[in-house]
Amino acid sequence: MSIDVRIPTILRPFTKDQKAVTATGTTLSAVISDLDAQYPGIGDRLLENGALRRFINIYVNDEDVRFLGSLEAPVKDGDSVTILPAVAGG
Amino acid sequence: MSLTISRAHVDAIVEQSRAEYPDECCGVILGPIGKGSPERIKPMINAAHSPTFYEFDPKDLLALYREVDDNDEEIVVIYHSHTETEAFPSRTDIAYAGEPGAHYVLVSSRKEIAPAIEFRSFRIIDGVVTEEEVSITD
Repeated sequence: MSIDVRIPTILRPFTKDQKAVTATGTTLSAVISDLDAQYPGIGDRLLENGALRRFINIYVNDEDVRFLGSLEAPVKDGDSVTILPAVAGG
Repeated sequence: MSLTISRAHVDAIVEQSRAEYPDECCGVILGPIGKGSPERIKPMINAAHSPTFYEFDPKDLLALYREVDDNDEEIVVIYHSHTETEAFPSRTDIAYAGEPGAHYVLVSSRKEIAPAIEFRSFRIIDGVVTEEEVSITD
């Protein structure tokens, strides 16, 4: 059970500058918990009050997880999770 | 810290800000990875279609990062326009700024200074805004 996770530049200080890491889990929520266990602190940069942060976009394969059930989005062996900071402002 | 940018890119950004007025316009300039030089401009759609907010559509955002990766490029400049306020990062701009390696370029076409345009560049790292010099090359 291995999920490939692409890490954006801004979060690479947590992953010792690795662009891609692996994690396990059957939902996005479980993948984020596993990431946080491996790279303490990264979970807090993705979640706020138990929900995905507004400033972060996460995709399973090519699909925005907001259309897949957000934290409950299912993931399976071989899937690719991509984390990107939103490009936005006022 | 400074940004060196071509006159053609400056003109293209100003032109786009006028074309999309009163909404904010946005886009990026890409360059070969590690070089730090802005070479390929890519206007983006402001999915918010708003005079006070801009946002790349999440699908466009993913496609952009894939393209950048495939071409061994990086995002050198992230630009957007302010239509009523000065060309300085807003609180929202600072909260969202997620590319510590990028130059954040702002243009303002606010009416107090028309027909002049303000064109300024900043680094935004961990919530700290630092203005940098802009050199325009012909």
